[in-house]
Amino acid sequence: MAILEIKNLVAHFHTRKGIVKAVNGISYSIESGQTLGIVGESGSGKSVSQLSYLRLLPSPPLRIPNGEVFFRGNNLLTMSEDQLRTIRGHKISIIFQEPMTSLNPYLTIGSQLVEPLIIHLGLDKKTAWKEACEALDRVGIPEVEKAMKVYPHEFSGGMRQRVMIAMALTTKPEVLIADEPTTALDVTVQAQILELLKKIQKETGMAILLITHDLGVIASMADKVVVMYAGRVFEEGPVETLFERSAHPYTKALLKSTPRLDLTQEKIPVIGGSIPDLTQIGEGCPFYDRCSYRKDICKSTFPQNRNVTQSHQTFCHVEEL
Amino acid sequence: MGLSYILRRLLVMIPVFFLVVTAVFFMIRFAPGGPFSSEKKVPPQVLKNLEAKYHMDEPLVQQYFRYLGDLSRFDLGPSFKHSNRTVNEIIAEALPVSMELGLIALCWALLIGITAGGLAALKPNTLYDYIPMSLSIMGICLPTFVIGPLLVLVFGLWLGWLPVAGWNSWQDRLLPSLTLGFAYAAYISRLTRGGFMEIRHQDFIRTARAKGLTETQILTKHALRGGILPVVSYLGPALAGIITGALVTETIFNIPGLGRFFIESALNRDYTMVMGTSLLYFSLIFLCNFLVDIIYVVLDPRVRYE
Ligand SMILES: Nc1ncnc2c1ncn2[C@@H]1O[C@H](COP(=O)(O)OP(=O)(O)OP(=O)(O)O)[C@@H](O)[C@H]1O
Ligand SMILES: [Mg+2]
Repeated sequence: MAILEIKNLVAHFHTRKGIVKAVNGISYSIESGQTLGIVGESGSGKSVSQLSYLRLLPSPPLRIPNGEVFFRGNNLLTMSEDQLRTIRGHKISIIFQEPMTSLNPYLTIGSQLVEPLIIHLGLDKKTAWKEACEALDRVGIPEVEKAMKVYPHEFSGGMRQRVMIAMALTTKPEVLIADEPTTALDVTVQAQILELLKKIQKETGMAILLITHDLGVIASMADKVVVMYAGRVFEEGPVETLFERSAHPYTKALLKSTPRLDLTQEKIPVIGGSIPDLTQIGEGCPFYDRCSYRKDICKSTFPQNRNVTQSHQTFCHVEEL
Repeated sequence: MGLSYILRRLLVMIPVFFLVVTAVFFMIRFAPGGPFSSEKKVPPQVLKNLEAKYHMDEPLVQQYFRYLGDLSRFDLGPSFKHSNRTVNEIIAEALPVSMELGLIALCWALLIGITAGGLAALKPNTLYDYIPMSLSIMGICLPTFVIGPLLVLVFGLWLGWLPVAGWNSWQDRLLPSLTLGFAYAAYISRLTRGGFMEIRHQDFIRTARAKGLTETQILTKHALRGGILPVVSYLGPALAGIITGALVTETIFNIPGLGRFFIESALNRDYTMVMGTSLLYFSLIFLCNFLVDIIYVVLDPRVRYE
């Protein structure tokens, strides 16, 4: 059974400028021990979709008019705040996209790291401190005893991101949401951190929801990939077939616009146009304006899912690309 | 931040203090009129004796250096108007009264201001927000000489709960300190609300929530320090304002504080008294701001290393 299952999730921001339709009915699921990669252009709703069901976005303006999100069979959207709190930061942890601002500047690293251990695992201060030191050590922070006592501003972005990662992992979560966990890090550290995530996953069987722009990272980490665009899922499938047999014009364009080291390319093609205004999108396919395969039906209705293989689905009216 | 920072701040104070002494000394001397030019005509011989007694027959520069000399021994000289009393004596008597009034007022301001502002920030756009914030607008707009008599009217005369003037029992302290503290409470409540509202939307508060902390834990541990900083930086000016602004309140409630002497001395050209009270106020304001800076640095680790 899936450990986390998202069903028809809709998340809108009701703002003065109109309704920002950030997430428009997405569904996917992830199993224990699995890594699900989520890719898509900036603004496609990758972060909002995760933050919304964890109730980490200000509401208002956020509204969730539709959808269900099951964690171990319990709907996160309908449970009480108290119930959700026992899951958040314990069973489901999140590494935020913004490492520079996600740590409290007024508190030491240590006092922030021990919190989840004390709240959720009921450890005493001393044990929690020891565990936190070990967590810092695991993510490759030198002189942990000293690091525990400093304030975040004394750390670089990369170091802060490692602290965030360590903090998310202290409680041994069952689901880890990693929102661009390695963008602030240089390539060698990035590889180190990804290795670490894989290792912990092997040990604890945690599921990882990995949001990233980097298709290389996806290829090396993910079992399954979801391609998002303007709050919709365009394609979903195992990492091997999705990249090789992509059956959606957007995925194809995305792959083409990624620089590849094994090919000497003169010019990297970019996808023309830009993501549509999220307050203006209607019932049709949001990629319509930019799509070179578009048909009339695309303008008015969003397609049903179509199986490419048993486990590979795409949402496109055009069958032959 | 360390001892060297504190020392540096105190050292900078010395030339500034010297400048203030010089400026006030010559300004008050060059102002028209003098301590003995009152309505009553004084016989020329008496005037001469008086001037000799207070060294006013000496050249101004000599008087200036004499004053500096006395000042270095913390001697503020004799009062020109209160015969047989020194400025030191008068200050020693009146300052504790003003300080007590000011400190009680500040406590009210902080207690009422932070409670009201915190409540408003916790439940924005509800009655818990609207009522204190409308009251605070009133508190900021209404001057002390309106609030004071109003409180006297309601609690002193109509309800008869509290004395209307004097400075003996603890009940005497209530109305004046509330009068003085009200405007500051109003301002502090708005700063508190603003501070917390801004902090609420910071990424690190979202992190705290994501870790599974309760709203109370988030407020007291993660939001308090940053949220209270605007109030802390306002404390310096507030204290200064409370200390110097006590004058109106002291007059309304007939309290024997320092404010009265300050104004009186300026009007009477009581040279030594003007100097003494001005320098005292200056030192107090400086000290308050200095203390507040230190508190600020303790609360916000980021400024410690700059
Ligand atoms: N509080 C908010 N109010 C209004 N609109 C918002 C709010 N938060 C996010 N949005 C909008 O929701 C859309 C989706 O944002 P989201 O952060 O999920 O994108 P993303 O796919 O994570 O992009 P990136 O790769 O840049 O992180 C964006 O257009 C964004 O402007
Ligand atoms: Mg994002």
